[in-house]
Amino acid sequence: MSEPTPTDATLSPLDVAGLDAAVEAALADVASAGDLDALKVVRTAHTGEKSPLALANRAIGSLPGKEKAAAGKNVGPRRGSINKAIAARQAELEAERDERVLVDEAVDVTLPTNRRAQGARHPIETIQEHIADFFIGLGWEIAEGPELEAEWFNFDALNFGPDHPARQMQDTFFSDGGRNLVLRTHTSPVQARELLKRGAPLYIACPGKVFRTDALDATHTPVFHQVEGLAIDRGLTMANLVGTLDAFARAMFGPEARTRLRPSFFPFTEPSAEMDLWFPQKKGGPGWIEWGGCGMVHPNVLRASGVDPEEFQGFAFGMGIERTLMLRHSISDMHDIVEGDVRFSTQFGMEI
Amino acid sequence: MPLVVTDWLADHVALPADLTATDLAAALVRVGLEEETIHAANVTGPLVVGRVLTMKPEPQKNGKTINWCRVDVGPEHNEPATTELDKRTGQVEDVPAGRGIVCGAHNFAAGDLVVVSLPGTVLPGPFAIAARKTYGHVSDGMICSVAELGLGDEASGIIVLPRDFGFAEADLTPGQNAIKLLGLGDEVLEINVTPDRGYAFSYRGVAREYSHSTGAAFTDPGLAENLPTPPPAATKDGFVVAVQDAAPIHGVTGCDRFVTRIVRGIDPSAPSPAWMQARLTASGMRPISLAVDVTNYVMLDLGQPLHAYDLDKVAAPIVVRRAQSGEKLTTLDDVTRTLDPEDLLITDSPVPSSCAESQDIAQPQGSSATTGTRILGIAGVMGGASSEITRTTQNVLVEAAHFDPASVARTSRRHKLPSEASKRFERGVDPNLPAVAAQRVVDFLVEFGGGVADPAVSDLNTVTSSHSITLPVELPTRIAGVDYTEAQITDILEQIGCTVVRPAQATRPAQATHPAQATKAAPATLTVTPPSWRPDLTEAVNLVEEIVRIDGYDKVPSTLPAAPGGTGLTPSQRLRRSVARTLAEAGLVETLSYPFVGEADNAALGLTADDPRSNAVRLLNPLAEDKPLMRTTVLVSLLDTARRNVSRGIPNVAVFETGLVTLPCDEPAAAPIPPVGQLPSADDLAALYAAVPAQPRHVAAVLAGRLDAAGWWGKGRTADWADAVELATLVAARAGVTVTTEPDAFMPWHPGRCAALVVDGGEYDGLVLGHAGELHPKVAERFSLPARSAAFEVNLTALDTVASNAPVTAHPVTAFPAAKEDFAFVVDQEVPAKALEAAILVGAGDVLEDLTLFDIFTGEQIGSGKKSLAYAVRLRSDSGTLSADNVRDVRARIIAAANTIGATLRA
Repeated sequence: MSEPTPTDATLSPLDVAGLDAAVEAALADVASAGDLDALKVVRTAHTGEKSPLALANRAIGSLPGKEKAAAGKNVGPRRGSINKAIAARQAELEAERDERVLVDEAVDVTLPTNRRAQGARHPIETIQEHIADFFIGLGWEIAEGPELEAEWFNFDALNFGPDHPARQMQDTFFSDGGRNLVLRTHTSPVQARELLKRGAPLYIACPGKVFRTDALDATHTPVFHQVEGLAIDRGLTMANLVGTLDAFARAMFGPEARTRLRPSFFPFTEPSAEMDLWFPQKKGGPGWIEWGGCGMVHPNVLRASGVDPEEFQGFAFGMGIERTLMLRHSISDMHDIVEGDVRFSTQFGMEI
Repeated sequence: MPLVVTDWLADHVALPADLTATDLAAALVRVGLEEETIHAANVTGPLVVGRVLTMKPEPQKNGKTINWCRVDVGPEHNEPATTELDKRTGQVEDVPAGRGIVCGAHNFAAGDLVVVSLPGTVLPGPFAIAARKTYGHVSDGMICSVAELGLGDEASGIIVLPRDFGFAEADLTPGQNAIKLLGLGDEVLEINVTPDRGYAFSYRGVAREYSHSTGAAFTDPGLAENLPTPPPAATKDGFVVAVQDAAPIHGVTGCDRFVTRIVRGIDPSAPSPAWMQARLTASGMRPISLAVDVTNYVMLDLGQPLHAYDLDKVAAPIVVRRAQSGEKLTTLDDVTRTLDPEDLLITDSPVPSSCAESQDIAQPQGSSATTGTRILGIAGVMGGASSEITRTTQNVLVEAAHFDPASVARTSRRHKLPSEASKRFERGVDPNLPAVAAQRVVDFLVEFGGGVADPAVSDLNTVTSSHSITLPVELPTRIAGVDYTEAQITDILEQIGCTVVRPAQATRPAQATHPAQATKAAPATLTVTPPSWRPDLTEAVNLVEEIVRIDGYDKVPSTLPAAPGGTGLTPSQRLRRSVARTLAEAGLVETLSYPFVGEADNAALGLTADDPRSNAVRLLNPLAEDKPLMRTTVLVSLLDTARRNVSRGIPNVAVFETGLVTLPCDEPAAAPIPPVGQLPSADDLAALYAAVPAQPRHVAAVLAGRLDAAGWWGKGRTADWADAVELATLVAARAGVTVTTEPDAFMPWHPGRCAALVVDGGEYDGLVLGHAGELHPKVAERFSLPARSAAFEVNLTALDTVASNAPVTAHPVTAFPAAKEDFAFVVDQEVPAKALEAAILVGAGDVLEDLTLFDIFTGEQIGSGKKSLAYAVRLRSDSGTLSADNVRDVRARIIAAANTIGATLRA
């Protein structure tokens, strides 16, 4: 690269060949500038104040008037072409650099990125929300009640007489001190509370914790969850019960799910039934498995809640949520559900 | 629950010859008798009758003597005749065809007919029989005892079939299949009987139900007309029985039927017949003696519990009465029980001298001085030892009675005595059965015991007939949604034993005689009288169930009802979801725990005895003795969950739980128990609501270890008190409630690192919603959690109350530019950041958009006992761009306001 110096004989603005040589030298330097730093040096050398063309330009001022125009025409476009070449090269080199930076900045995207702890919902809670959403979708509402409950609400309001054998079959936890309080053995007391509070017509589902004095083992737990359904209106029939259960079964287990009713007994329903679910994934081959109890609400339950059984009738049902979860997710041991080991909940994430 | 032996069932209902237990279960489940289980055959393989041909005792070195036997097990199984060297005598002896078997028992002799399990037999256990070398012989099978066949637990005795099971020798042949003979080989169905269907606790009831399910022909063995010998009427010389119930329960006399029969001259050594023993065994009852077996057999067959007394040990009159307090009785299970005045007793009346040995004689009210003085048993539950049938009993007094279900239920529960009798009585027994059942017992005792039926019969009978039920003809259709014709309804009700009076014959309802109503067509009704064995049928809906059940539940169509439409989840339900989701999204894992805790758990939390949270509801019958209390905090059980996770090697545990806590009422009053089937009075309802303790829903979390993980990116971050406070504040924010934090000393938190979450402003200003911070070091240690673990607990129910749920009024968002200013103030260490922030807020006024504490500094530069708090503020005005002058003014106001609480701008 030629290094023009102020002391050199200044290139005459009228020296076309000299000017052309300077342009040529400049263009060659621009083209050979390998990076932005080199281009910066080239820029100074060929467009800086002491560059040949800048000096030639300055020399125009000292030329006689009529030569000025011709000199201007000689120098101006030549300087322009150099600037253009530099700008083009600048853009080229910048693009190259940007591309190289992106390549250089590449990371190993397979590195683990689990910097923040991942939380999770307990599937018993999530499935209860899922169930609630189903019933909300039917136009029902969700109701709740206390877990430590007056014996009357848990039994008598539901037509369990004081000496009824079914009352003894419930394996009830009683509170101390003769206060007539029990840990509710089913979510059914919510029926009576809601009927007393809101009257009929009433369409509610009541998910919640219930308690029986069963020791914890692979299939039993003293504290478990049920969902209770209650629909009281004019003209509701057992066919409506079957329709609701079928829809619920499909919501929980998919479009192939079917239910069947078997005669059974509960003091608070008449007729009463056990509900079986057709379960294709049953161990040992597809078959029916018990899913819950149900029936047409006994007139005494309506009477105890101040609802006229001549005008209103309806149905109720209850299912174990643990059982539903175990069936749905192939959980074989109740311990996993109740022990609170985070590795269990974490499998389910936020939604099931 | 009852076992159903098919060949016994076939006595009453026509069964297909090849009916399996599975078929039977399928038929019964359709009418509501659910399969509990199917018991596999007890014994399989070549179990045969054998005749002991020879029996050589051989003393052994160990002191035992074994018998080396040759047993004829029939030509099919016998080894051919051979010779054998007797090692002791050195003689070669002829051995007849048969099998060589070593037997350690001695209660049999050559010539006896016994039961032999040949190699290949599997006995209960399961215990597979194979030929084996023992005591110098090859024992080619086993001679069986009662215990080995699962027929009882008498371990010692070999069964000699004629002696022990009453078989006639002529009926037995060596090689005969003993499985069939003894009823050991069938699969047996066990059914589950719901509490309303007491009658199904019998072959009579199951047979009836099978007939309902399949249409098979059924003959009711419980009706007098179906007995070979009809039961006789009571006679004047019948055994005297009096019912003196001074304290009926619910006004129902404890005993409304008491039949006695007498059979004399029974051979005490006569065994019950083999078929009866086999059926009892297969039905799960152990044969004991003729008299006991017969009463058990008739009970299983008909459902009528019976009792047989040794007539010579019972002194007339028998008095049925309630117990006196303090009376005691030793029941047949050898337990001495202290009786309750509600217990109904069977007593008799010995002359005073003969009962002098009895120590517990009380003179009951309502009886004369000399009657009902000795207790024979607890009515319908269990007999006493004194009048028990023994091996010498020849004269038997048979009792067949009917007791009040409630009375039996209470007594059986009180004494924890769920006997075969009480199971039936508390579910309701047919009051028309006693005479029929007693006749069956008498017939058996005469036939198999050689006894003579005494003509003296007593029958105390105050049974009231079944009430009739009015059934609107349209009711079954209205309830089931299935069209039933009147003919169908009548047919089904008659099938189950009801008498049905058709509308034409029914007497007109009384009000129809009123001229104004006579023109109005009364809805068609049927008058239905349930059979005596169905005390559960008391109102029209019970009949509806019978109609739907017998017609088939599978006939009910499936129709989804259209609800009128609801209002979706309530705000508190939405809040609970939002809170749970927020915490899970923040990296916490939701868990559940039992609400049962003990004093030790509350103590581990650091709760003192006078802490209100130590006042907990106690369970009468906790599952674990050390956890009898209902939790008053969620943390107490959640900390246990955290501990379990840490102990399982989970290094970083962040868990939360939402659940109820139980807060005892201040002035506990018992909840009333108003009667079934009616609306309680307003007072009772108020008392019911008041008696149930408050059970607010809490959410709690425990943070132990890193919340941000360590890894290639760095060391991560350990959760601390501030995370707990932030999460708790976030919970409140989800309800739209603004809380401030105030220092508090509250267990289980570190007293210097615990914040109370206090409602800021509004109606509930100052209400404490919960606490958050670092756990007390002792608590962390007691729960084996890492030091500095943090936790919070917030009362969601209270939070929900505070939340207004009113729509937020939106403020317009301004686009004017913001101005940023930084300040560092030096204050005394004790000054809480909140106080300085409050001052800054006041100074800045409404142009303050954001305030961030970005640094806390302590050090020599600012002097001891001081700290520097550095804040960045962002200012913005709604009305225009803030000028430099505006900003300077705000800055000056902030500094001035800070000065008022002793804060100085750091130089």
